[in-house]
Amino acid sequence: MAKVPKPEELSKIDYKPSKKRWMDTPVEFKEGMFCHGTRAKYLETVGFPNPREWSSKDEDWKLPENWKEIVLEAIKERLGKYRSFRLFMDICVRCGACADKCQFFLGTGDPRNMPVLRAELMRSVYRRYFTAPGKIMGRLAGGRELTYDVLKEWWYYFYQCSECRRCSVFCPYGIDQAEITMIGREILNLLGLNTDWIAGPVANCYAKGNHLGLEPHTIKSNIEFMLDDIETITGIRIEPTFNRKGAEILFVTPSGDLFGDPGTYTCMGYLMLFHELGLDYTWSTYASEGGNFGFFTSMEMAKRLNAKIYAEAKRLGVKWILGGECGHMWRVINQYMDTWNGPADFLEVPVSPITGSRFDNARATRMVHVAEFTADLIKQGKLKLDPTRNDHLKVTFHDSCNTARGMGIFEEPRYIIKNVCNHFYEMPEDTIREKTFCCGSGAGLNAGENMELRMRGGFPRANAVNYVHQRYGVNMLANICAIDRAALPTLMDYWVPGVKVTGVHELVANALVMKGEKERTQDLRLEPLPGKEGAENV
Amino acid sequence: MEMKLKDVLREKKPAILKRWFDVILETYPAETADFLKGQKDRFTGPVGYTIYEGIDALIDGLIEEMPLEKASPFLDSIIRIRAVQDFSPSQAVAFIFQLKRIIREELMDEAHGTLYAGALSAFESKIDALALVSFDIYMKCREKIYELKANEARNMTFRLLQRANQLYGIQEQGPNVETTNLK
Amino acid sequence: MGALFSFVAVILLILLAYVGVEVAGMQPIFGIVIPYAAVLTFIAGVIYRVIKWGRSPIPFHIPTTCGQQKSLPWIKQNKLENPSSSTGVIGRMALEVFLFRSLFRLSKSELRDGRLAYGSDKWLWLAGMAFHWSFLIVLLRHIRFFATPVPSYLNLLESLDGFLQVGVPRLFMTGIILLLAVTYLLLRRFYIPQVRYISLTSDYIPLFLIMAVASTGILMRYFFKVDIVGVKELTMGLVSFNPTIPKGIGVIFYIHIFLISILFAYFPFSKLVHMGGVFLSPTRNLANNSRMVRHINPWNYPVKFHSYEEYEEEFRKKMKDAGIPVEKE
Repeated sequence: MAKVPKPEELSKIDYKPSKKRWMDTPVEFKEGMFCHGTRAKYLETVGFPNPREWSSKDEDWKLPENWKEIVLEAIKERLGKYRSFRLFMDICVRCGACADKCQFFLGTGDPRNMPVLRAELMRSVYRRYFTAPGKIMGRLAGGRELTYDVLKEWWYYFYQCSECRRCSVFCPYGIDQAEITMIGREILNLLGLNTDWIAGPVANCYAKGNHLGLEPHTIKSNIEFMLDDIETITGIRIEPTFNRKGAEILFVTPSGDLFGDPGTYTCMGYLMLFHELGLDYTWSTYASEGGNFGFFTSMEMAKRLNAKIYAEAKRLGVKWILGGECGHMWRVINQYMDTWNGPADFLEVPVSPITGSRFDNARATRMVHVAEFTADLIKQGKLKLDPTRNDHLKVTFHDSCNTARGMGIFEEPRYIIKNVCNHFYEMPEDTIREKTFCCGSGAGLNAGENMELRMRGGFPRANAVNYVHQRYGVNMLANICAIDRAALPTLMDYWVPGVKVTGVHELVANALVMKGEKERTQDLRLEPLPGKEGAENV
Repeated sequence: MEMKLKDVLREKKPAILKRWFDVILETYPAETADFLKGQKDRFTGPVGYTIYEGIDALIDGLIEEMPLEKASPFLDSIIRIRAVQDFSPSQAVAFIFQLKRIIREELMDEAHGTLYAGALSAFESKIDALALVSFDIYMKCREKIYELKANEARNMTFRLLQRANQLYGIQEQGPNVETTNLK
Repeated sequence: MGALFSFVAVILLILLAYVGVEVAGMQPIFGIVIPYAAVLTFIAGVIYRVIKWGRSPIPFHIPTTCGQQKSLPWIKQNKLENPSSSTGVIGRMALEVFLFRSLFRLSKSELRDGRLAYGSDKWLWLAGMAFHWSFLIVLLRHIRFFATPVPSYLNLLESLDGFLQVGVPRLFMTGIILLLAVTYLLLRRFYIPQVRYISLTSDYIPLFLIMAVASTGILMRYFFKVDIVGVKELTMGLVSFNPTIPKGIGVIFYIHIFLISILFAYFPFSKLVHMGGVFLSPTRNLANNSRMVRHINPWNYPVKFHSYEEYEEEFRKKMKDAGIPVEKE
């Protein structure tokens, strides 16, 4: 009989006694940790370079002859265009404060997922080609040749970063790996190196107005399904308008809310709330995407997608824009939109028509977050709420990376939740607010083929949810992000079964007492409301 | 279990726990293992923490003769992690078997092994039972991963289908299809 | 590898100075030429760096927000962690520069096995603070060598620094703290796995260099006494651009000043420039007010996007069928 390996030998097969330095350890593409390469047609739609059929598993990525030149030229250009980039290339002292702050490092243990090392992937090349010591002393000065393998390593690891900015909170110089990842991805895109999961939504959004490629009539009919459900639940028929000129407010939300559960319930929440307020607002099928996968591709692409929002607001002649619950959408709106596509001088400083509150904090961008809008309504006592309808829920709140670290909207959603739910529990302090953990699927990582990566990157978040689940019986994870609503149900299903996922406005609409509604026996998911099951027969 | 063996194991538990943890860490690449070893905090170092707490409870469970169903959640928490890491199925669950070797070696040290041969083999068969359960858990986890992938894909294609229907003027969705899939 | 190389390099530098002064008698080179060259390199290098950084614009407004934003008047804004005004930004930068705020965000520890497990970050913060502050005070103390008469605040500083009143000459705490802190910073590069993994040669060089500078300084002050009057004559000569080499200053002084010169010259070309960089970091030095005031990107350029007209052209029939208003019937 052949020698049977001992258990310890068996499990050591993968064990690499690699005390080698990272520069000597070649990248290894591991199944489940990366996405498919993008199809040519998506790149063609947006006029991106090097469209071709290729697979990220291939040896040959079919790059242009002069790829190296393109990359180095691109780095040079960006060093001149972004102070952030130049500075972040120069000032890192490798103190290691960020090392264990990245959920992808915590979940995978792969050293190149430490933010500092992910940055060094780029920095080493920067030193070799753009600094005097690196040019002269090479490796000794921390420089590294740009090779095909290095390029593949960039692709592998820049698409294992969710641009969550958690590292930048802890860095004593504010070095933000998201910035380096974004520039890294931008450079990769010059060679046609995107993922299918990102390039597809980008192409859809460009041509059709939203990531999912929903055409105008489909958007309307999807919303009509929701209206049917709302009628079933409340007995009220809502009639929203689309592309209506002269409305006071344009409402823009991520298209994920129109399409997938539980985002659709959040969307029903908006519809019910706005109806109840009698808000003079319109949906747009043209600017039907608040999210921006262009942001995960290149700054220019992000700007091209984002441009539609102001363009549509101008065409429709609205006074201001209201934005739905979304993570990176709000980083873009807060930090980029006005710079790219402003000034929004054709709009007015937003004033809530219901409360008269002026949103001075949005006086230039003229776009208000729906959580700010609703928190104001509740504070001014404009909503009749029955939080007992959410009594079967024990809710915790997940701060989305982008709204947390690229905006700082912490109290508004919490204030709303506490007013519409009676049972709210915070997760541990190190895992919320500015220190929140990513869902593991942000920045275009929420594909299917990298499920293991998502589960590992999301583990620190799930672990904290599990804590409140076990301790307080939390069964609902609230958030204000469409990617969260798409990705967290899967994450919960794997790590913490029994915890469901909701947008904040689903909770609002459940508690919202509407004029002329029938006695509610179901929640927005058409599930019976506990304690109200028999009410219909009374 | 023979009381004597139980006492000895109780006494040896810290050593067993430490060695078992080290052996599990050795299944990771060196850089990763070094890091996991330092993960002491439940929230800022969840992988190392979960494994450590899991095996701690498992050893207690084995010594105190906890019923299998009670021990399996701890096994679950460890294997659920290993099922999404870079391990083959055998690699993912091999750590259970290593406990046998560790315990034997710990007992051998003081020539206890021969003394408790009978009790020890009964104890080891409990470890075998854990190993069997761990296969089940591993399979369940992997199935879950595929199910999750399939669910996400199905949710998408369902909507595509729905859209296609509308394109061709097929307005009727069938209320059952609609409601079941919206839920 | 990197550590060994750096260590050997610093030893060689020490030997070089020793041989140069003791054997070759090149006091003027080590006491005058090299220090001048080093200071020139330092000044030119830092200016070059800052200009280089400054010439790259800040196209986007990207502060990392670490607290509640300014929104509705009844929601309490965190003005330091998420500033919306210049005052707030100055406060945030001050916390960062003087107290290393970000490093202080230590992981909260919890009880395990009845023991309290601390996050390691607090140690890094403590060592970082100890290192940088004591280095600063040591530097300030050296003003004594470049000013006559010695300013009175220096006497105050020295009496605070030496309040322990141990021995003669009086023991300065900062020198010892500096050496301890730099040793800790070195040891953590050896012993913390992930820090060891990321460390480059250029991370060890400054540590060994500073360690050598501090050690030679301490040796010179407490053990191998040098002719202090001669030293001051030399340093005053340097600042008054009237350099002289007094006789009889011990070789250790030349080693000390040579190592400092190397550190100065090395500074602008190494990670040590983080000192200046922190002030320019756009994730820290901008107010989170980009929804209130439009941030201008100097290289903003028009882009091609899919216009509404193109969109309606493509979907007009479907829109009309669905009852969605269109521009052109």
